Amino acid sequence: MTTSKNISKEKELLIKSRTENLTIVREFVSSAVEEVNAPQDIAGDVVLAVDEACTNIIKHAYKFFPDGDITIKLKYSNNTIIIKITDHGSPFSPDAVPTPDLKKYFEEKRVGGLGMYLMKSLMDDVHYKSVPGKYNQVVLTKKLNSTN
Amino acid sequence: MAEFSTSIKDQGNINVVYLRGFLDAHTAPSLENTFSGLVDKGRYQIVVNFKDLAYISSAGLGVFMAFIEKIRENNGDIKLTSMSDKVFNIFDLLGFPLLYEIFKTEEEAVKKFNEIK
Repeated sequence: MTTSKNISKEKELLIKSRTENLTIVREFVSSAVEEVNAPQDIAGDVVLAVDEACTNIIKHAYKFFPDGDITIKLKYSNNTIIIKITDHGSPFSPDAVPTPDLKKYFEEKRVGGLGMYLMKSLMDDVHYKSVPGKYNQVVLTKKLNSTN
Repeated sequence: MAEFSTSIKDQGNINVVYLRGFLDAHTAPSLENTFSGLVDKGRYQIVVNFKDLAYISSAGLGVFMAFIEKIRENNGDIKLTSMSDKVFNIFDLLGFPLLYEIFKTEEEAVKKFNEIK
């Protein structure tokens, strides 16, 4: 089940924690950033970062439980796109995720952690907030005139 | 629902895997199955053609990481080819060009396997 509503320059999407909904997430973000005339490469970066954030929530916060809620709020002001993604799954500690060393990953056959590294590389800022027992939130920020 | 499919072409000892559509956490298992099928048959010389791949996320990149070691242990390799700039940039951001050979064309990738023999 998904719902979306338009709040002036703020848009919101609610999805259930299933990987099949990633297509809906990408289409939502893609159309929202198109409306603010984001350049195509930046639009692509934002779409991928939100996909990675939602994928991490589905896998780690909800551990593939299919009926958790994920809310995506997208706001545009001062030439900046701000996306707040909220879930009610297990709390997440970003400091516990090391920056991946690809050589080491190769040797240890580990494949996690790439998503968070991509998010940090593609966005100007990635900020996590966790209120145990209530919600977790990741806030992605991307300036439109950014070259990052 | 994300659209993703693979098809395989046999070319002597080499298999060319064509990716089409959107490769994300939902569709990555489909690529895992494709690689598993090749590995189970002892087909370790693999060229992956990205010409028709519109999108990749880290879940898709993880599939390449998961199989490369076993394939190289068996004197094989996964060589990548025909990526769009957008897809290449994601591979590049994560440092994949250090670990994988990436070619402009399928012919170059196939030729590289044939040179080794």
